Amino acid sequence: MRRLLILAMMLGLAGPALAQEPPATPDRPLANAEQEARAQALFEDIRCVVCQHESIADSPAGVASDMRRWVRDRIAEGQTDTEVRDGLVARYGDYVLFTPPVRLGTLLLWGLPLVLVLGGAGVLVWFARRRSGQIEPDADLTTAERTRVDNLLKAARTGPEDDATLPPKTRDGTS
Amino acid sequence: MIVELGAFALCLALALSGLQVVASVAGRLRSSPVLAGAGEGAGLAAFLAVGLAFGVLIYAFVVSDFSVSNVALNSHTDKPMLYKVAGAWGSHEGSLVLWCLVLTGFGALLARARTGEAGLPFGLKAVAVAAQGGLGALFLAFVLFTSNPFVRLSPVPVEGASLNPLLQDPALALHPPLLYGGYVGLSVCFSLAVAALIEGRPGAGFWPAWGRWIRPWALASWALLTAGIALGSFWAYYELGWGGWWFWDPVENASFMPWLAAAALLHSAVVTERRGALIGWTVFLALVAFSLSMLGAFLVRSGVLTSVHAFAVDPERGLMLLGILGLTAGAAFTLFALRAGQLTGRTLFAPISREGALVVNNLFLSVAAATVLVGTLYPLVLEAAGGATISVGPPYFAVTFTPLMAMALIILPMGPLLGWKRGDLIGALQRLAWAAGLSLLFALIVWGLFRPREALTGAGLALGAWLVLGALAELTERIRLFGKRTPGELGRRTRALPLAAWGMTAAHAGLGLFVLGAVVETGLKVETARPLEIGQTVAAGPYQATLRAVEIIEGPNYLAESATLEVEPLGGGRPETVRAEKRFFPAGGQTTTEVGLSFHGLDDVYLVLGERRLSDSGERAWTVRMNWNPWARLIFLGPALMALGGLLSLLDRRLRTVDTTRRKRSPA
Repeated sequence: MRRLLILAMMLGLAGPALAQEPPATPDRPLANAEQEARAQALFEDIRCVVCQHESIADSPAGVASDMRRWVRDRIAEGQTDTEVRDGLVARYGDYVLFTPPVRLGTLLLWGLPLVLVLGGAGVLVWFARRRSGQIEPDADLTTAERTRVDNLLKAARTGPEDDATLPPKTRDGTS
Repeated sequence: MIVELGAFALCLALALSGLQVVASVAGRLRSSPVLAGAGEGAGLAAFLAVGLAFGVLIYAFVVSDFSVSNVALNSHTDKPMLYKVAGAWGSHEGSLVLWCLVLTGFGALLARARTGEAGLPFGLKAVAVAAQGGLGALFLAFVLFTSNPFVRLSPVPVEGASLNPLLQDPALALHPPLLYGGYVGLSVCFSLAVAALIEGRPGAGFWPAWGRWIRPWALASWALLTAGIALGSFWAYYELGWGGWWFWDPVENASFMPWLAAAALLHSAVVTERRGALIGWTVFLALVAFSLSMLGAFLVRSGVLTSVHAFAVDPERGLMLLGILGLTAGAAFTLFALRAGQLTGRTLFAPISREGALVVNNLFLSVAAATVLVGTLYPLVLEAAGGATISVGPPYFAVTFTPLMAMALIILPMGPLLGWKRGDLIGALQRLAWAAGLSLLFALIVWGLFRPREALTGAGLALGAWLVLGALAELTERIRLFGKRTPGELGRRTRALPLAAWGMTAAHAGLGLFVLGAVVETGLKVETARPLEIGQTVAAGPYQATLRAVEIIEGPNYLAESATLEVEPLGGGRPETVRAEKRFFPAGGQTTTEVGLSFHGLDDVYLVLGERRLSDSGERAWTVRMNWNPWARLIFLGPALMALGGLLSLLDRRLRTVDTTRRKRSPA
């Protein structure tokens, strides 16, 4: 009896996430293949507004289905991608797009990676220049290091090369 | 009674961790090996106590003791045994006990680390054990005061609420232990860095030795994180049924940031060890890596990700985690700032050198980690500051993160072929010429075979092949495959190659395989969805699937609509039967999808059973979504190879720091 009850519940179930959700209307792709491709590309960037972190391309929620239909309708009406995006932002806010807007408040978000990598590279170049005069071959080798280099070179000429990422097995205690 | 024993064991572990701190600090101050030894013993005992508590928690889940609130909320008598056990770490409270178990476990390993001539100096070890004990005490206090898993319920419910069915999956049962092993393994790097900041002496070979001491811990953590993230990604791929494997979800980012930092640490520690350079940077990274782990725990465990407002409703746990993060990271970075001036190595190297290449690698990896950090936190900060709510998703990371990593990967194969101190870039490039040529040829051929032909896909193919072939080129250089060598000598050279070298080759080649898989899957996958009546066919890419039957079946704790589909190549060929299911879990009232996967070489045919509906002709039909995901296997095989590479390096005799064997030390 319980099993039948569950079965009935299950067959009545449509939304995979929640039992209370109304059944999602099935997707009807646009007849025009080029327009459908544009719609699919847009779906990837549009956030399902009731989900945790899902695009409407992925989400099984009923709301996502409605949003997909809304986007397809706009494209069928002849709107451009930008117009569709603007329409969505007007309805739901910036939150609805996975691409954050570029404006004063998000300057740091968009700019920081570039600033960091250029700044880091600048610092490295500055270091390298300042030091370039100081690098004299072998000039700052200690006697112990020189012995090690000689041994390594000898080993490289005669025997198997030592691992390049690790110190040689011999004499490298805590010193 | 047994449950109270668990709660008691947790309290005991907290006290032992406190004792660990006090005894180790006192041992250091009085230079007393007895006191320091007591600190180490306390660390070991704390681990055993947390182990007992964890065992008790698992026991409570196994016997379905619903008088324990955590069991009642996360288990159910119907659940298969594996998920009863895994349920112990499936909830907030249980996962934090696991966190403490790993934390004290690594602490116990640290307590067993070698000392003396070939191992850690007395003072450094005592301070590191104290720091590890401090971390343990903070997190155990957090568990006991905000997230006690042993709280009893009255009245006792007859049945439990069960574990979220999405989590009832073998991959996800194993995912948290691996991931936490990685997250928390970095705590030892953190403790060793703090200890070195206090104990470190300039010169006299201290810092190169320190670089060698932290490498195994960084390596183990990185390998565990790699395996854990890959497993989680694979779970998302086949359990969520969306066809994707990485969504730049904040929860994913939370685990990815420590991974990037650990990868950077792994490489900079090599420079510190071999050349006594980049000391300050390596120490900084060791502190950053575990701080990012703790930040990840805060993000995932505080509820702040759902919304800033959800966090504000129940801020106790979040604020306490934030407090732990602020206290530990704040103290460590203050210490770092005070000592930074003394952390400059005196070793010099030319820009074109092994060190130079590793520095550039670190630049890109750390900026990439910073980018993920900014992308994850920016919406939270903006919203908390009263600004607009924005979403930062895949399109943002595609234009920021991806170019950074691409740059790092282009230079990667050159690094290992450059000499220390002053490298010969022209020579390295000459030795890589065949790898570069073959990569371009490979990319051109594959690019020509597939549609659509995107320029970025071609570039990605060349990059992936460049990594794989570059890793092989480096290997052939080491064994001097090319040149007048007898087979005997080749064999001898191959056998003489240390495990660490194999590990590096495997990890770099694995990264290349991952890039190939990710690029091809992303650029060339084909998705079709349509309603199918029994006997009808859907096609995607070079395969088609025919719906043969749909039946209702009963699982241990669910009912499922189970579809039988036949997958065959379009040109004809042997059909293969695949099952795709939609499961309904009455205990939680939830439905999950069980993807039907059919493996064809490196490609996946991916089938998702959707809604039941009436077709246009009035027949019963089911929406079936079919993906052809070319080379998807490499997305998960690549990271597996990377983790294996980490393991191989870890097994290298020369990286062994923990005295596990007690046998006579090999002659050094």
